[in-house]
Amino acid sequence: MFALSGYEYLLGFLILCSLVPALALSASKVLRPSNRGPERRTTYESGMEPVGGAWIQFNIRYYMFALVFVVFDVETVFLYPWAVAFHKLGVLGFVEALIFIAILIVGLVYAWRKGALEWS
Amino acid sequence: MNPGIDLQQRFVETLMGYGLSPGAAKAVWLPLPLLLMLIGATVGVLVAVWLERKISAAAQQRIGPEFIGPLGILAPVADGIKLVFKEDIVPANSDPWLFLLGPVIVVIPVFLSYLIVPFGQNLMITDLGIGIFLWIALSSIVPIGLLMSGYASNNKYALIGGLRAAAQSISYEIPLALAVLAVVMMSNSLSTVDIVNQQSGYGILGWNLWRQPAGLLLFWISALAECERMPFDLPEAEEEIVAGYQTEYAGMKFALFYLGSYVNLVLSALLVSVLYLGGWDFPIPLDLLAGLLHISPDNSVLQIVTGGLGIVMTLLKAYFFVFIAILLRWTVPRVRIDQLLDLGWKFLLPIGLVNLLMTAGLKLALPFAFGG
Repeated sequence: MFALSGYEYLLGFLILCSLVPALALSASKVLRPSNRGPERRTTYESGMEPVGGAWIQFNIRYYMFALVFVVFDVETVFLYPWAVAFHKLGVLGFVEALIFIAILIVGLVYAWRKGALEWS
Repeated sequence: MNPGIDLQQRFVETLMGYGLSPGAAKAVWLPLPLLLMLIGATVGVLVAVWLERKISAAAQQRIGPEFIGPLGILAPVADGIKLVFKEDIVPANSDPWLFLLGPVIVVIPVFLSYLIVPFGQNLMITDLGIGIFLWIALSSIVPIGLLMSGYASNNKYALIGGLRAAAQSISYEIPLALAVLAVVMMSNSLSTVDIVNQQSGYGILGWNLWRQPAGLLLFWISALAECERMPFDLPEAEEEIVAGYQTEYAGMKFALFYLGSYVNLVLSALLVSVLYLGGWDFPIPLDLLAGLLHISPDNSVLQIVTGGLGIVMTLLKAYFFVFIAILLRWTVPRVRIDQLLDLGWKFLLPIGLVNLLMTAGLKLALPFAFGG
């Protein structure tokens, strides 16, 4: 429990913050007019009759970016403990991180050359 | 270093004076900072919305809101009241639960991030050890909500907007995390209080601004992209995709998106001031001034003045950045999606890595100047 001192505030704040949308939505539910007519619930498509839905097979061009993101996001997670403890690690820690980042830069260059970072 | 007033200690001591046990006194105290911070965050948003409208008006040589309250200061409140009374339209083809959950997931983490914003040595909810890392973690939840609402709407514009929002958020999260890493490395701690304390003592000369100029730019550009502010507001680009993932939203659910984006902007501005501009630190070291005026550090008036000045300084610095964000909105055109991704991946990411390694190298070479 002592290792987590201060986290009772996190829990309390989480509950309090969850109350914000809950209260706002329920207050609005009491005050607002009810739904009037089915036409109001049609999908907006610039005033035209909607052509088909949006739940279709869709070419997500950001897919490659998402893959590269995973690599670098995990990298930053590994770097956080290194950065916090850097004053104790000295030159050796610096060289090790240099090697680690160099490998990732090779990965970035590879992805770049392969065109994974091109939006086309 | 004069710590300023410790409200928690004073409050608990006062209650114990009335005969309460320490545990009960602490339990009475617990919800107070939470409520205060939540109200503060909401008021901060109202001020930011008012500023946005007034400064936008000034940039376009209009007057802006002027009838509701003096200088139109109550206009954002009127906006909010209007949205509460608006009809809630859920498209017939949508997924109603995801449609509801989307804005809720967007709003909760941004409010929750206020947990780690310090306004003084003891003027914050709690000094969590993981501090700034909590914010990085919480800010990753927001794109899930955006993607959710974009998909749930079953609307083509909303789908494209949601995908853009997610792609943009993940692209700029890494430069943001790298910029924060360099600051963390200098203060040897993730705690926001330690980050500010590491910058204090030398007034304006000690702020991270001078040691991390590239980091400051990196952080602010990435933060603007994370907040979907101009010039990075592609997910809601009106000319192409109507309003992006917000297209189908109305009433209070729309208001939640609106609230979330402004809370996020003010929060980012607050964190810039904490990370790079010394947080609550006054440009001239207060200890020096107090020494010149022969005031002892435990003088209670000095403690109150230090605390009050800390809040004012934090807010001044933060709203300066909000002001810059608003001016940028009317100065720079929106970027294209390929330009946006190029900027993130091919420019900011390499710069972030170089900045981090340079900070590490300089810390080895000049341990005193870079936090020992």
